[in-house]
Amino acid sequence: MKFIVCVKLTPDTEQLIDVKPQDVGSDDLGVTMVLNPWDEFAVEEALQLVERFDGEASVVTMGSKEATEALKRAVAMGVEEAILLSDPAFEGSDAWGTAHILAQAVKKLGDYALVLTGRQSVDGNSGMVGPGLAAKLGVPFVSGVAKVIDVTDGSATFLRALDEGMQTVKVKLPAVISVSKEINEPRYPNFMGIRKASRMQYPAINAKALPGLDAGQIGEGAALLKWTNLRKPPARTGKCEFIQGASVAEQAALLADKLIAEKVI
Amino acid sequence: MSILVYVDHFQGAAKPISWEIMGKARELADRRSVPVIALVAGQNVGNLAADAIAYGADKVLVADAPAFASFNAQAFTAALKAAIAAARPNIVLVPATAGARDVAALAACELNIGLAAECQALDLDAAGNLLADRPVFSGNILATVVFNSPVQMATVRGRSFPLPARDAGRTGEIVPLAVSLNGLAGAEEILSFDVTETGELAVENAGIIVSGGRGVKGAEGFAPVRELAKTLGGAVGASRAAVDAGWIPYPHQVGQTGKTVRPDLYIACGISGAIQHLAGMNGARVIVAINKDKDAPIFGVARYGIVGDLFEVLPALTAAFKTKLGR
Repeated sequence: MKFIVCVKLTPDTEQLIDVKPQDVGSDDLGVTMVLNPWDEFAVEEALQLVERFDGEASVVTMGSKEATEALKRAVAMGVEEAILLSDPAFEGSDAWGTAHILAQAVKKLGDYALVLTGRQSVDGNSGMVGPGLAAKLGVPFVSGVAKVIDVTDGSATFLRALDEGMQTVKVKLPAVISVSKEINEPRYPNFMGIRKASRMQYPAINAKALPGLDAGQIGEGAALLKWTNLRKPPARTGKCEFIQGASVAEQAALLADKLIAEKVI
Repeated sequence: MSILVYVDHFQGAAKPISWEIMGKARELADRRSVPVIALVAGQNVGNLAADAIAYGADKVLVADAPAFASFNAQAFTAALKAAIAAARPNIVLVPATAGARDVAALAACELNIGLAAECQALDLDAAGNLLADRPVFSGNILATVVFNSPVQMATVRGRSFPLPARDAGRTGEIVPLAVSLNGLAGAEEILSFDVTETGELAVENAGIIVSGGRGVKGAEGFAPVRELAKTLGGAVGASRAAVDAGWIPYPHQVGQTGKTVRPDLYIACGISGAIQHLAGMNGARVIVAINKDKDAPIFGVARYGIVGDLFEVLPALTAAFKTKLGR
């Protein structure tokens, strides 16, 4: 049984605040880039599924040579096969274009049971590539998977986290899922894993190597939306007013008065 | 030509965001002189159709069938696609709630419609095209999304727009919507639904949030946090540290790997203010920080601060509000 994880290289969450609006879309954001934290849960789950159901895991990413860093992390965690999709024709693709490219890569990998993704990326924040991939592949999509209950030859059962509770949902395979952070605790790569990842080769697959690729669906020209007027959110102005008082009760009463005056209660 | 609004609900109870976007749709539709058409899919949801009109819809498409009794991504996607075919909208607005978010993406991708996700503000350009503002890079950058597709879809976060007034005197047309579910049968089966909703207000819908972090020291430590939240009619939030420690369930988590919230008032108790937490709450109108450490980064974004022990400050604050608000 084959489990394919689609991942993305994104800024270190500590450094997201340092990304400059004018650098967005360029090759160099001037910050440390790592495997998207949400994707770590997907990689970990694929590894656990391999152990539970005796299968194999592959990891796929799309991007420049630098995106190899995301693959390396997944390989260091234990994924056996890693694929980099890289071609100037891919650049500027929107979520649907990216989903189309990933779908062709998934098909090229052959029979698969599940494609796993993180909930969203910490940079694009849309959570659209997962469902887009399911739509492009024409297979079921289950989001917010908190637990993989069972996987058989033809179907799989999941716990799906919704706002009001947990749904047990059974879908036909193959399928695409996005995982919730409740699903597992991602492992740290060990020394052997890191060494293996650093020695592995990561040849790039380009547009020509993807037989079903439709040039009309990818790249900037096919993008249905564009980010404009990128800007920093308005900074919080003013200093914190520390509430002083002779006693805690006095401080509390003073703060309550101020909040009532602010008309937020 | 129309604006289509997806009405999300849980077992027939509309989510507030559904009416918030209905109000915005009404405003945009009036500017373009087009009707607002609502989609209500569910089982026994006739009351929701009437509500949709009261909140601003001119026409409601109702898909009422057992297939829509519980959330099912494929069935609801089929309903949205059928509504798009029937309403021929230029703009489609969908709540950015779990479930509805998937439906929007699946339908938009299958129909090759541009989709802007998790938006917080909407406007029209001179030609009447949708302009959608959304945070990217986890709230550290704002972008205005412009579309290159004739149909333009956006999912919208809760509390981005005010709740419009309900006008029971408004009139509109309610028509059934036929949704073909052929070919979907059995591909996605809902086996059970364990409803964990405890009647507590969800953080994403709350005007007031009282949040606890590492400083609450344990599950029991959330008691004074809950007590203040209850007194103020607010929701209980938490930092990642408190959720990871198992003191409170994940739906309460505010921050980069939790919910993004925009309450009028956010009271952070025993939360140091890691950058990942700030990403989820620095859109709050007024932030209050209660922390033992006067150098905690949370005070850097707070308007008011009390340096002290939350186990002393919170009960005092609850008592003060009870007296002053007569609750």
